[in-house]
Amino acid sequence: MPSQTLYDKLWASHVVREEAGGNALIYIDRHLVHEVTSPQAFEGLDLAHRTPWRIDTVVATADHNTPTRDWDQGIRDPISRQQVETLDANIRRFGARAYFPFRDERQGIVHVIGPEQGATLPGMTVVCGDSHTSTHGAFGALAFGIGTSEVEHVLATQCLNLKRAKRMLVRVDGALGHGVTAKDVALAIIGHIGTAGGTGHAIEFAGSAIRGLSMEGRMTLCNMAIEAGARAGMVAPDDTTFAYLKGRPFAPSGAQWDAAVAFWRTLASDADAVFDRVVELRAEDIAPQVTWGTSPEMVDTVDGRVPDPAAIADPVRRGSLERALAYMGLAPNTPITEIAIDKVFIGSCTNSRIEDLRAAAAVVKGRTKAASVKLAMVVPGSGPVKRQAEAEGLDAIFRAAGFEWREPGCSMCLAMNDDRLEPGERCASTSNRNFEGRQGAGGRTHLVSPAMAAAAGIAGRFVDVRRGVPDASAA
Amino acid sequence: MRKFTVLDGLVAPLDRANVDTDAIIPKQFLKSIKRSGFGPNLFDEWRYLDHGEPGMDNAARPLAPDFVLNQPRYRGAEILLARENFGCGSSREHAPWALEDFGFRALIAPSYADIFHGNCFKNGLLPVVLPAAVVDTLFAETLATPGYRLTVDLAAQTVVTPSGARHAFEVDPFRKHNLLEGLDEIGLTLRHADAIRAFEAKHRAAQPWLFTTGSAA
Ligand code: SF4
Repeated sequence: MPSQTLYDKLWASHVVREEAGGNALIYIDRHLVHEVTSPQAFEGLDLAHRTPWRIDTVVATADHNTPTRDWDQGIRDPISRQQVETLDANIRRFGARAYFPFRDERQGIVHVIGPEQGATLPGMTVVCGDSHTSTHGAFGALAFGIGTSEVEHVLATQCLNLKRAKRMLVRVDGALGHGVTAKDVALAIIGHIGTAGGTGHAIEFAGSAIRGLSMEGRMTLCNMAIEAGARAGMVAPDDTTFAYLKGRPFAPSGAQWDAAVAFWRTLASDADAVFDRVVELRAEDIAPQVTWGTSPEMVDTVDGRVPDPAAIADPVRRGSLERALAYMGLAPNTPITEIAIDKVFIGSCTNSRIEDLRAAAAVVKGRTKAASVKLAMVVPGSGPVKRQAEAEGLDAIFRAAGFEWREPGCSMCLAMNDDRLEPGERCASTSNRNFEGRQGAGGRTHLVSPAMAAAAGIAGRFVDVRRGVPDASAA
Repeated sequence: MRKFTVLDGLVAPLDRANVDTDAIIPKQFLKSIKRSGFGPNLFDEWRYLDHGEPGMDNAARPLAPDFVLNQPRYRGAEILLARENFGCGSSREHAPWALEDFGFRALIAPSYADIFHGNCFKNGLLPVVLPAAVVDTLFAETLATPGYRLTVDLAAQTVVTPSGARHAFEVDPFRKHNLLEGLDEIGLTLRHADAIRAFEAKHRAAQPWLFTTGSAA
């Protein structure tokens, strides 16, 4: 057999039928469902008088529209409530392997709860009507976001007609410096290859720095593969993966566990496998990252400066830079560490897991939010993350520092609920998209790691967490 | 699905790179549980001067006069000319729904984000890829020529300009066929139900842990 990449192995083990033109009908093992992209799919199924092919592959939750406080009052926005109730009704009617509805203790962001419950396993194909489904590739799964028509297609047939992606290897070797996290690696890669750099590709992340990441770090990295244009990102499963999965509710157990692990160990790219493109970074070269613009590729290290459009020759690029700086309200050449912020958001499927909250809490412990910061909010990714953090006393640390401790959900990552930026407000955010209006119309988002977001909340401006965090009150 | 064969349509130029799906249809409109009605909120933050929310009377809202789709010469446009990486960001199919509902039938750009590109085909919207240099020329001609139209022929895989220049484009044969015929893709896949069942049996034997049923709770 010719040598294969991890992607090739995952693809080959799911081909139901080869189709003309290099396409294939690919079987789907796990279908994650949330309230925003599923109503029209269930409706379509109904209109065509079709029934789900294998509903026990569905794991569903409500996350995008749910409020992050006053849960006893339910969802006050009537159209948000209708969407969540529509999901309730659809699951009641069609069934699911598991459903974590609003206010369930296991409810949370779809990309947090899947892995947390062991519902994402190595070797699986995982889909969801959500672009950040790439997150699940951290387990050595082929995981990618789909549109609502494809949600309906998977419900009805358990398959998708897909075109094979090109294979890209992103190798990061070496040791990450103190204060440098998976989020910084992700942003550094996007800064390097651009937001369209991975278009048409599935990215495998490899190298000693990636092996050294925890599962949560790998999820953060794969989560942002879509921001590099790649539909899927993945890391080959290893002992770190197996240790994470063992004992989780949906993970296999007993003799099946042993058989599964033996199979999962075969899911690595062969030593001589060929990739269509290889990108290499040195871990030592990666510093904490801060985006300054309206696309994740508009990023620099914390010790950098806002770029100067006047220095760009290409008129299309110069125009987009000027537009980005105008939207962001930033002057060319401003040092990143002189950018003052109004709000802090720690959360999202990129950075809302327990390790993210620990990293942020370690920074704020014993300190106080800068008076100039109007709101600093911490939104755990799921009910279990929230309870774990509370058991460790992290909520008390955040509260003592003047940070708000909220209920789980997507929250201000995309501002479909009440949590949002007001026009002109500037936010240090651990989420994944800094597009215009993403966190609220006119809002200005800077993407950073949890420690960097927490530090910005204390200092009132961006600071280099490698150099210690000054209190705004002492400055 | 609506068929796409040949389109002779007015062209509107959107001269921005990396137009993301949040810009195409902002998140507050995703709360709808319907597939239609997104057209009035296409590019909402760029098109209107005020902040849009679902349920507003869009006809009464102040328009941003400079935004391309508000200029009278582009009224009724069916072809959107765009820059690279169009449709990046989320998987929301509401983006092609909004473009289609507004009246667009085809897009022309140097590149698209993958998920958006696939979603267009499911909705009778043809995303044509042409080289950046050709797209540059089309931008220049559109801006210089009021009433500028293009003919997009899917069967022939060509875009023809008013002066007769023909630009060939590539398209996935499976998607082309479905769009030309307006086929129901789910129905097509279900024709292979036996193959799916056969695969399932084999897959279950190889990885039985993927077939545990019932609730884990
Ligand atoms: S946290 Fe943000 S990016 Fe993640 S699923 Fe929710 S809205 Fe999407």
